[in-house]
Amino acid sequence: MRWRWLLLALLLSFLPSAALAHVPEGGAGSVMAGLLHPVTGIDHVVAMVAVGLWGAVLGAPAIWLLPVAFPMVMAFGGVMGLLDLPLPGVETGIALSALVLGVMVMLQQRLPLALAAGLVGLCALFHGYAHGVELPDGADALLFSLAFVGATGLLHLVGIGLGEARRLAWGHRLLQVVGAVIAVVGVWSLIQAGAA
Amino acid sequence: MPLLFAHLMQTGFGGFYDGVAHLFLTPSDLLLVLGLALLAGQQGPQGGRLLLTLLPLSWWIGLAVGQHWGLDFTLALLTTMLFSSVGVLVALSLRLSPLLLAFTVAGSGLLFGLINGFTMPSAASGLPLDVLGVVSGVAVLSVLISAQVAATRSNGFCIAVRVAGSWIAAAGFLSVGMLFKAA
Repeated sequence: MRWRWLLLALLLSFLPSAALAHVPEGGAGSVMAGLLHPVTGIDHVVAMVAVGLWGAVLGAPAIWLLPVAFPMVMAFGGVMGLLDLPLPGVETGIALSALVLGVMVMLQQRLPLALAAGLVGLCALFHGYAHGVELPDGADALLFSLAFVGATGLLHLVGIGLGEARRLAWGHRLLQVVGAVIAVVGVWSLIQAGAA
Repeated sequence: MPLLFAHLMQTGFGGFYDGVAHLFLTPSDLLLVLGLALLAGQQGPQGGRLLLTLLPLSWWIGLAVGQHWGLDFTLALLTTMLFSSVGVLVALSLRLSPLLLAFTVAGSGLLFGLINGFTMPSAASGLPLDVLGVVSGVAVLSVLISAQVAATRSNGFCIAVRVAGSWIAAAGFLSVGMLFKAA
């Protein structure tokens, strides 16, 4: 059976990407821009996945509290960025968020809920602020925002899904490896932020 | 043909379907109906019944008044803040009193109906099918979603509802920021 899936994947890879040219500008363009915006920076991607992963490590109620609270705090940060309100050390904060969350996942650290929520909220604020500053002019505000928030939520979901591997025999080892990779990306981002 | 026709989706299937398409292709309207349906469903069957009674009715009244006035403005900031607030209520899974829920539903329906009415031409004669399409869309969508939320007791589903509320709120907040920036 597996060769059929491989054959299907091979055939799909030959499909022309020219069809993308049919995506109209305006509404659909804003949706695509919103979906792609959170996944274009590796530091953002790993931090969002780490939020879901850490939520899974912490278990209920953090596993659902973090994905509910994160988008709203992130949006608050986004509004701060849009309105050019001052927030110092944004790039450093983003890099540190990947590093800290990666370490938390790697060590499978179980902090008290309020502390974990505060830490994740702080990360959300920095990430939202950076996105708010970078938002493209002329985008359809609502469609862009909805796609942007949805993409962020899906990254959390990826993290939660990965975190469920902890139920397997080798799951804890996998989480340690993923956490370590996220922490390394955080260190790399920190060096980049320092060099900039 | 009046200029305001430019704001109504032309499906080619006639006025009724143009009205239905208008609801589904206007993100702020759709998010409000989704948010209110989730909120009403969280209040149980009574909330669902209240929503089904009040939302289409208030939307229809707003539409009629808006068409009568025939102004052309959108009140984007106010409508965005309104559905964002509904999203916050859903995310918090707050238990509302029936009176407060009724006020929220009727007020939202009137406001959004009014703005729909501004952008829709009034029928010269006969039944305004586009209005009927919008109101039918609002009624069907709200009853389907609120009934599902009210009927499902699964913990995972309740969490998904709250996450959906937080997404609506977050998208609304960001839009408000972008509207402020553009102003």
